[in-house]
Amino acid sequence: MIAVIDYGAGNLKSVTNALDFIKARYKVTSSAEDIKKADKIIFPGVGAFGDCVSSLKKKKIFDVLKKEIVKKPFLGICLGMQVLFESSEESSGIEGLGLFKGKVRKFQSKTLKIPQIGWNSINVMKKSELLKGVADGSYLYLVHSYYADPDDEKIVLTKTSYGIDYCSGIADGNVFGVQFHPERSGEIGLRILKNFVGLK
Amino acid sequence: MLAKRIIPCMDVRDGRVVKGINFVNIKDAGDPVELAEEYNKQGADELVFLDITASSDKRDTMVNVVSEVAKKVFIPFTVGGGIRSVEDMRKILNAGADKISVNTAAVENPSLINEGALKFGSQCIVLAIDAKKNPKMKNGFEVYTYGGRKPTGIDAISWAKKGEKLGAGEILLTSMDRDGTKKGFDLELTKKISGSVNIPVIASGGVGNLEHFVEAFTKGKADAALAASIFHYKEYTVKDIKDYCRKEKVVVRE
Repeated sequence: MIAVIDYGAGNLKSVTNALDFIKARYKVTSSAEDIKKADKIIFPGVGAFGDCVSSLKKKKIFDVLKKEIVKKPFLGICLGMQVLFESSEESSGIEGLGLFKGKVRKFQSKTLKIPQIGWNSINVMKKSELLKGVADGSYLYLVHSYYADPDDEKIVLTKTSYGIDYCSGIADGNVFGVQFHPERSGEIGLRILKNFVGLK
Repeated sequence: MLAKRIIPCMDVRDGRVVKGINFVNIKDAGDPVELAEEYNKQGADELVFLDITASSDKRDTMVNVVSEVAKKVFIPFTVGGGIRSVEDMRKILNAGADKISVNTAAVENPSLINEGALKFGSQCIVLAIDAKKNPKMKNGFEVYTYGGRKPTGIDAISWAKKGEKLGAGEILLTSMDRDGTKKGFDLELTKKISGSVNIPVIASGGVGNLEHFVEAFTKGKADAALAASIFHYKEYTVKDIKDYCRKEKVVVRE
């Protein structure tokens, strides 16, 4: 069973619809017990970095998540990826889960529209089960103003170009984070979710 | 590179997609879920559903349509038409839509944009603007409401800027002068609005051929282009448009 983390910030319908469509078994939850029992975790982030951290703490799953993420396949989506890092320019002074060293930064541009909204392509930086069957240069759907900037280049799974080449996906063992929305990225997105669901 | 988006728009009345010109001779055009699946297959980047249901007691039909589409189509979609409150927004978003668009209700009550953005995030709130040329306006275009029937005396560019400030995440800009004419998007209007805000602008109204799409992006500086009738009447598929865009060096999703 997959635990889909719901910390009360928003709508998880598109994620659960996609999981239903690929016939995955999951439970939408904010309980520490469920997270411990689950064999995989999907963490769709909605809202702001600071609010997300404080909601996780309020629901008493911040520390649980930190421990469980490294024990089983984990997929953080959008803010769910960003929160794996130490801090974010969006909410200064707030510590994230800190699983990875690095900071979440805001796009800086006078010419580009912010947030980035729409389909952008990924450059695949390394081989991964998550992207099995997903071609280099595939387009995925993104909506964001902030991006993760990891200290360790080795965890970078994909890069995307928007004014700069930024990290749009990370992979470290079974811990995955993607800035794009697989649940909104058509066939390719469903493929990525299927790959994740199929991980051992 | 971020791709330019091609967005088919469907008018939905009482749970069915309809087509017609200026609300006259409206004909049934099919099931919303089936059409959404078809456009998705053709490579549409997003979809827009416009609820034109006349009576408000049938609004829940739209919520059902949204939830059925959301179960089968995994690209972003926007729902507009008749959304007047945060509660209306919530119903549609909870049913599985990614964004809602507001037009008349936002003009009459601009704080609706702000309330929606605070509640659901700016990325969920699309400000739809129907604009028409009027030299008396500061920047030459006037905002209309009620499906283009009521002039408001508001300058379209100022309204777009205000909408952005209030928290709209995108602007869906329809030229009333061009809508239904097949003469192409209003490039002057599109460029003016796109240049005045820092959020994406979706051009709408007037598309008649493939070159019109390219122009919307290159000359109009639009981030996305929306069309209805050319898709409904099967003049072009989304793929035709994208093939042409690629040939003209406009970046679109494969």
